[in-house]
Amino acid sequence: MIKIKNLHASIDGKEILKGLNLEVKAGEVHAIMGPNGAGKSTLASILAGREEYEVTDGSVDFDGTDLLELSTEDRAREGLFLAFQYPVEIPGVSNVNFLRTALNEIREYKGEEQISAKDFMKMVREKSAIVELDSKLASRSVNEGFSGGEKKRNEIFQMAMLEPKLAILDETDSGLDIDALRIVANGVNTLKSDKNATIVITHYQRLLDYIVPDFVHVLYDGRIVKTGTKELALELEEKGYDWIKNEVSTNV
Amino acid sequence: MESTTISINKLNAFRANLSSSTLAIPAEKLSQAFDFLAANDFPTTRHEDWKYTRLARIANLKFEPQSNTISQETTKICGNSLRFVFVDGTLTEKPSTLPTGLVCKNIQECNADELQNISANSTIFECLNLAYAQTGIYLQLASKTVLDQAIEIVQINTANSFLAIRNFIDVASFSQAEIIFNYPSAEANNSFVNAVSDVFVGKNAHLKIYKIQSEKGANYHVSRENVVQEADSNFTISTSTINSHFVRNDINVQVNGQNSETNLFGSYLLKENQHVDNHTVIDHRVANCLSNELYKGVIYDKGTAVFNGKVFVRKDAQKINAFQSNANVLMSDDASVNSKPELEIYADDVKCSHGSTTGQLDEEAVFYLRARGIGEQSARNLVVSAFVNDALEKIENEEVLNYIYGVIQKDFGWEF
Ligand SMILES: Nc1ncnc2c1ncn2[C@@H]1O[C@H](COP(=O)(O)OP(=O)(O)OP(=O)(O)O)[C@@H](O)[C@H]1O
Ligand SMILES: [Mg+2]
Repeated sequence: MIKIKNLHASIDGKEILKGLNLEVKAGEVHAIMGPNGAGKSTLASILAGREEYEVTDGSVDFDGTDLLELSTEDRAREGLFLAFQYPVEIPGVSNVNFLRTALNEIREYKGEEQISAKDFMKMVREKSAIVELDSKLASRSVNEGFSGGEKKRNEIFQMAMLEPKLAILDETDSGLDIDALRIVANGVNTLKSDKNATIVITHYQRLLDYIVPDFVHVLYDGRIVKTGTKELALELEEKGYDWIKNEVSTNV
Repeated sequence: MESTTISINKLNAFRANLSSSTLAIPAEKLSQAFDFLAANDFPTTRHEDWKYTRLARIANLKFEPQSNTISQETTKICGNSLRFVFVDGTLTEKPSTLPTGLVCKNIQECNADELQNISANSTIFECLNLAYAQTGIYLQLASKTVLDQAIEIVQINTANSFLAIRNFIDVASFSQAEIIFNYPSAEANNSFVNAVSDVFVGKNAHLKIYKIQSEKGANYHVSRENVVQEADSNFTISTSTINSHFVRNDINVQVNGQNSETNLFGSYLLKENQHVDNHTVIDHRVANCLSNELYKGVIYDKGTAVFNGKVFVRKDAQKINAFQSNANVLMSDDASVNSKPELEIYADDVKCSHGSTTGQLDEEAVFYLRARGIGEQSARNLVVSAFVNDALEKIENEEVLNYIYGVIQKDFGWEF
């Protein structure tokens, strides 16, 4: 699905990613954990195509296409989805209207027919039910006046609508109470299939009880420094990151 | 009072070849206007009201007449409207019949009696207008008359010339009307339209004015509405300026009767070297009134916009609610706005607020939309049109709103 090789990236001349390698296959769930400032959101942003970052070395292959060559919108159209750590409020732009535009632009890109108003509304009803998002929220301005939990649920709602191949969830669990967490995790699990894949970025092992990862990676100082199974997350929760940092510095 | 002295009087030169108004304007008002013009010149940017709008380009206009042809029909905005079309000041289309209670005609047909209340003026462009007024609409709506058709007044300019348009609108007590002033694009490319409207909103009368300016070309437009509101009245004006070369709008509302409501809405979309200046004054002379003002602008390229909104609340005008807001988005580094909301409050029991914001397009929002698969250009258009739509949505007449959406779509490529 996605193959990231030796990715180096910087912003304002400061190197953030320092040779990152990661491969995710269809049907898999990968968790990325790591201390604040390690570069987790940076990785997500670069994959989504944020232009402020400069990729200085390395490659990203997304299902056979060179991801880094594509514009942000084309990455989305190819099936990449980023659930934002901080979803943006867009006053005056209705949630469903923009989703219809998005869906149709994606369809156009793939040479498919536009979705009918009826099918679209049916889809909105079905998918908003998955994340228990009030249909009134679905038609309001994008994220405007949404609570933190509603914003995160809206991200998953959009993901459900767009049916991406690869979804990257950047701290979608942060700030959620246990009920909201269950709803979000349930949404992700419902959408999971052997044709798509998910990368969850999180600080908390708790989420991984609900979205069970096949692999857990530790991102530290711009690189994946350790990879394990879901037990690694428990260990990190218990012991923090210092032992990893020590391991890394003794290895160098 | 405007008075400026510069060595060469440009105004005199400008007036040299104009022919005086042939309208039945009361003689003393006309001579006052001529006296004022003789004693003054075009205001410079040293004049407070013209600080950010240079008139040199108007003062130096040389009109080269060209043949008058209209290459295409002007869209009728409202299916069932009473439409009056003026081409270069000549009335070329009017409804065959008018509803009872409505007098609406070319102001040229008015007698001195009908024009006795035309406002006496104290600014250059009002005086210039009165002195040389050739055309316009005279509208008198008898009391207790509710019009269910909008009145649509189209002013098309094909000649490269100076055109002074004088409108006189009197909506008597308990009446209701909707008027559209449409200044569509035309063949002219070096013209100057100066429009002044006297507007009287009687007791408990409701009047909505939609003003649409989309003249393009190197055409200049200076217009003014002088509005007087009586008790329990409701006046709304929405001004949309889209892709116009040079526009100055003055709206002056005098609220003379209690329990009145005043709404001023505006939207302006500029590109290239365009310049749009909106000046508004709401003068709350009496208590217990509400005024609401919202202007929003988007400026591309080297466009420059000006907003100046004054709200006066007189000493005994208690319990006034006055809200004013102006917001702008600059789409390029060369675009600029001068925005100045002004409140002058002499009463103590009032609720007033004003605000002005100017910023760039929210790039985070654009990125968010792109990350969902929406192309960059449509993402920008989506964000910026939502921004302006706030002000446009105040237009309650859907046909008018759709017409404006159409003009914006054509000239700026936005979808609503
Ligand atoms: N626009 C920017 N300009 C300069 N430095 C930046 C910018 N964005 C991120 N950084 C820096 O890059 C590093 C990585 O930030 P990033 O947001 O990717 O961390 P993170 O792992 O997501 O952290 P957190 O767990 O707090 O979300 C940090 O040191 C941060 O300060
Ligand atoms: Mg982060």
